[in-house]
Amino acid sequence: MPAVWLNAVICKTVKSISEIRADFPILGRKIYDKPLVYFDNSATTQKPLSVINAVNEVFTTYNSNIHRGVHALSDQASEKYEDAREKVRSFINAEGKEEIIFTTGTTSSINGIAFSFGERYIKTGDEVIISHLEHHSNIVPWQMMCERKGAKLRVIPINDAGEILFDEYLKLLSPKTKIVAVTQVSNALGTILPIKKIIDTAHSMNIPVLIDGAQGIQHGLVDVIEMDCDFYAFSGHKIYAPTGIGVLYGKTKWLSKLPPYQGGGDMVANVTFEKTTYNELPFKFEAGTTNFAGAIGLGAAIDYVKSIGLRDIEKREQELLSYATERLSAIKELKIYGISNRKIPVISFLLENIHQYDTGMVLDKLGIAVRTGTHCAQPIMERLGIEGTVRASMCFYNTMEEIDTLGTGIEKVVKMFSK
Amino acid sequence: MSVNEVQDTIIEEFSAFEDWMDKYDLLIDFGKELHEIDPLFKVHDYLIDGCQSKVWLHPEFNGNKIKFTADSDALITRGLVALLIKVLTDRTPDEIISADLYFIDKIGLKQNLSPTRSNGLLSMIRQMKLYAMAYKAKIQK
Repeated sequence: MPAVWLNAVICKTVKSISEIRADFPILGRKIYDKPLVYFDNSATTQKPLSVINAVNEVFTTYNSNIHRGVHALSDQASEKYEDAREKVRSFINAEGKEEIIFTTGTTSSINGIAFSFGERYIKTGDEVIISHLEHHSNIVPWQMMCERKGAKLRVIPINDAGEILFDEYLKLLSPKTKIVAVTQVSNALGTILPIKKIIDTAHSMNIPVLIDGAQGIQHGLVDVIEMDCDFYAFSGHKIYAPTGIGVLYGKTKWLSKLPPYQGGGDMVANVTFEKTTYNELPFKFEAGTTNFAGAIGLGAAIDYVKSIGLRDIEKREQELLSYATERLSAIKELKIYGISNRKIPVISFLLENIHQYDTGMVLDKLGIAVRTGTHCAQPIMERLGIEGTVRASMCFYNTMEEIDTLGTGIEKVVKMFSK
Repeated sequence: MSVNEVQDTIIEEFSAFEDWMDKYDLLIDFGKELHEIDPLFKVHDYLIDGCQSKVWLHPEFNGNKIKFTADSDALITRGLVALLIKVLTDRTPDEIISADLYFIDKIGLKQNLSPTRSNGLLSMIRQMKLYAMAYKAKIQK
């Protein structure tokens, strides 16, 4: 078969950028009479119609509590919920569905593991390793657990480019280390961490690793078997799904040994006032009525992302990143924070002598949505000696023209505040 | 001028501008007119931490009226701070306590006072009123 034909067979119908944008109704909005430029994708992503319709369908056609009913609607809802679990499993290539636990988001996934793992395995004098690039969600739960258990939190330092110092990580590892919990991608700077190396090194000392995938899951292929992480946490709303749904992946060998962190309905096998036995995986960790509508929405989001193709998404986003870096670097008053050559499409920056809040306020009035502040990662800001940045975070539905609009907007800000 | 008369002049000045950029320009100009706060008071004790931008506020009471000085590290916030000072400085505690600050809404900057904006402005107004209440209680003793 000629190569061209072969390509046509292998590649799905490639959607044009305008077709992609048409899938996201909100992108057509105007803000202060200007076309919306949405560059706050690291905070949350917009939702395609297929996700909105999937959630809508739950409530208009088969809403009913899952796993409990004897009636048709409950069966249908349960089936769709379990289909969504299978979609997640296949998306991250987990071995079994029992390794996929639905939570409310990355934060609750990490809190759950920090609690359960702490209860089961951490004692006084033990150590937990995190990095200086963590979001507060991957700092505070471990800190709380360490305080409770008399353990110590150790932090992998970073260089000025915003990359972890791998040699320092090696020095921190010791027989006292009981778990390593690091982010896949820095939310504040966009740096992609060398997680495979981090995991392999920890495993050589039999130390398990949790990966905070909140900023990683939507930007490239995640294969938990290849990565070999012990736990992986992510949020649905960062990957075009609704808010309030998240995933905790854990290897069965760990999840089966860990105690549940929440008690309630559905997570039990048998309850008497004397003793309760727990349900099997994954239900042991899904107490109460879960956000099944959100899970079904997440399933639809995964279908959507797959239809575009993760490799295509990654390629397009790297093009956006390199254009944005070039365009914004041309503004001489602008300094980019986080200059690793392995980044997701995030530009964290400051303008000379202009407060990040002022920049954000003016950009807003130009219809450009960015985030300003510490991005829930105060330790990084402290390390870089700044109080915050302006963060423009892009994803595959953004365009080069929008980057130009941002560039022009920033030039306006510079002019306005340097008078 | 009364509290409301000052508010009305501010509203009039802003009414000349339709475009947001012009409104912000005017705010920045107001910020420039703000009397410098004594560096002695630009310390943690007088800081209203708004997370996104910082505001320092210092009251001085002469037994009758309160004089406020303030500053912010962000210029747009500083402009808003300047407007609040313009309206509420050199007033008796009662005037401050009973002040209804309608001008912020009228000039289209109400969103800046939303608690989620965390720019310190809402806390600044609360703090000004708290100082007024504290000084009022002091006189009554």
